Amino acid sequence: MVKEVICKDRLAQLETVMDEHKGKKGCLMPILHESQKIFGCIPLGVQKVIADATGIPMAEIYGVVTFYSHFSIEPKGDFVIGVCMGTACYVKNAGKILDDFVKQANVKVGETSEDGKFTLEATRCIGACGLAPVITINEDVYGRLKADAQEVADILAKY
Amino acid sequence: MRGKTAMKTVNLTIDDLPVQVDENMTVLEAALQVGIDIPTLCFLKGVCEVGDCRICVVEVDGFDNLKSACVFPVSEGMVVKTHTKKVRLSRKSTMELILATHSKECLTCCRSTNCELQTLAEELGITELYYSDESPEEVTYDDKSNSIIRDQSKCILCARCAHVCSKTQGTGILGFVGRGVKTRVTTAFDKSLADTPCLFCGQCVVSCPVGAISEKVDIDKVWDVLEDPDIHVVVQTAPAVRSALGEEFGLPFGTNVQGKMVAALKRLGFNKVYDTSFGADLTIMEEGHELLDRLNNDGVLPMITSCSPGWVRYCEHYYPEFIPNLSSCKSPHQMVGAVLKSYYAEKNNIDPAKIFVVSVMPCTSKKDEAARPELSVNGLQDVDCVITTRELAKMIRIGRIDFDMLEDAEFDRDLLGEYTGAGISFGATGGVMEASLRTVADIMESKELRDIDYTQVRGMSDIKEATLVLGGRIFRVAVVHGTAAAGRLLDLIKSGVTTYDFIEVMGCSGGCVAGGGQPHVTAKEKMKLDIREARANVLREVDNSKDYRKSHQNPQVQKLYTDYLGKPNSQKAHELLHTHYTAKEKFPLE
Repeated sequence: MVKEVICKDRLAQLETVMDEHKGKKGCLMPILHESQKIFGCIPLGVQKVIADATGIPMAEIYGVVTFYSHFSIEPKGDFVIGVCMGTACYVKNAGKILDDFVKQANVKVGETSEDGKFTLEATRCIGACGLAPVITINEDVYGRLKADAQEVADILAKY
Repeated sequence: MRGKTAMKTVNLTIDDLPVQVDENMTVLEAALQVGIDIPTLCFLKGVCEVGDCRICVVEVDGFDNLKSACVFPVSEGMVVKTHTKKVRLSRKSTMELILATHSKECLTCCRSTNCELQTLAEELGITELYYSDESPEEVTYDDKSNSIIRDQSKCILCARCAHVCSKTQGTGILGFVGRGVKTRVTTAFDKSLADTPCLFCGQCVVSCPVGAISEKVDIDKVWDVLEDPDIHVVVQTAPAVRSALGEEFGLPFGTNVQGKMVAALKRLGFNKVYDTSFGADLTIMEEGHELLDRLNNDGVLPMITSCSPGWVRYCEHYYPEFIPNLSSCKSPHQMVGAVLKSYYAEKNNIDPAKIFVVSVMPCTSKKDEAARPELSVNGLQDVDCVITTRELAKMIRIGRIDFDMLEDAEFDRDLLGEYTGAGISFGATGGVMEASLRTVADIMESKELRDIDYTQVRGMSDIKEATLVLGGRIFRVAVVHGTAAAGRLLDLIKSGVTTYDFIEVMGCSGGCVAGGGQPHVTAKEKMKLDIREARANVLREVDNSKDYRKSHQNPQVQKLYTDYLGKPNSQKAHELLHTHYTAKEKFPLE
């Protein structure tokens, strides 16, 4: 997948964000949130810029980025598929749904497909147990799935 | 806080013993006063005081949960119990959980017999492993750097290394990464230390309670050349080595073992045994004249010392704008190496390529320094191998030499054999400054000064300053140790708050005596005694006992100049004894 993650435009946006926050106590979290939005991920190059500007050591920034699942180091796909693996979904065959996505979208769990289209994530309970088993694709929610392969194919066809 | 205001005390009981202590103390400190030894693991005085590992837990009346004694403050009327059943069971299960993920290679571990975890397991009565082995499958083993090895299979996540790295060194190379059971202490992006702006100071090594971080052991190279009859093997020992080597053989802190150390080196078969203090005297001659030249010719000031390779790396990576301020002098052992492979080789008619120089150093960063390509003469590295104080102890043990039984021996006296009280002072914070002042002041005042004890620059406060009047000129100096403090001082200089003519920086807190290559000291012993002071006193005593206490009085240094180098900062001296530095990028992108 070839995608320019770090470019002049985005770096300029990051500068603006950092000017607003740096020097303040606890500035790292808001800067990382904005970075995730601007770049779609927080790779080494971005962490380096943040470290140089704020004086926060790289290991600390990397530590925070790897602590929160919201942040990612690799760019995510255009569509992020989240298959809920909470207890209610799990007992209603979420495992099979996940497997079907792995096969049909040709992507491993926690990774992004080679064409950069899909990222597949096995999520913790998303709090929609009434819709179990449930999945999300970006902002779209699909609930009460039957857990068969055709259903997954139909959903994927929409993207 | 303490000391400035009148000390307020509180009364409490620990295991039914009444205790009266300073109100600012922790339960751990109070217990120590009455001889109650609460076990600790992540605690390291002044470095890691967070109460994370939960080994030091105690029962405190009025609280349901156990408290971490290392951070829990004393209070009036407090009742503490340190070894109830609840406490013992809690410590034991914590320990069992730690051991579940810890590599069990004790027999072949570099810290075997001086591992704090091993000792603690025995002290807590761990006789079987309750949990099956839960070691993570993927662990980092990093031996790419010239100085330090990280073996994550042994890491117990106490984070003592990470704390010393960020707090004392100001570098923050190591930190907590990941979450939950996948938490690790590692570098950003799991990079090798070689690919980070690590100083290789080794403070992480001497802070680690286990074998997760250790020096790269180079003794096999030394054994090999010692058995090669074609190689002339010369060893030099840094000032600080004699102040701590005895600890490895059960001698008390602050024992000077110079005589036994030299005897051991001769027994091991080195052809010549010299003291790096000669190189320190030579450094003073070069650095002193460089300073005078900068003062007289509007050179870049403040001039900053360059003997500490950890500090040099810090400057190159973190404060490259101060590179012009760094003295161009090589560090003393590199100077000795360069002189051995030129002057010494000529005088003794030995092919320099057949000379192998070993430096015994209190420092892990010196291993990396010796490998710097610019530190060479005629294509030969100045120094061929650096081993730490700990590695020398290892060689002595492998060589089955009974250290206690050794008769004191003297360093070789020819050519590079003399050293002064100034030279030996290089091993502790303030020592390079004091040695420099003894020579520079004489030159600026154009007479031999009698009063040469510059007590203002001694002691363990992290930034020390002095203002002197020399030759009618106000002369401001500063001494700083621990690179975090150095960073603070450089920031003050950058912002124009303060200014100096000359600054001594040593990378490690306390200077070389507390370097990353010195013998391991347990957290418990560090709590009772400032080992920096104890070891520094050894050097001070040697300094006081010497007839010559100024570097320019060293007769063999004088002879080196008359016979070979000409005068300080001559062209020949520059070729052999000076170097240059390069700004370095912190995390280069591939």
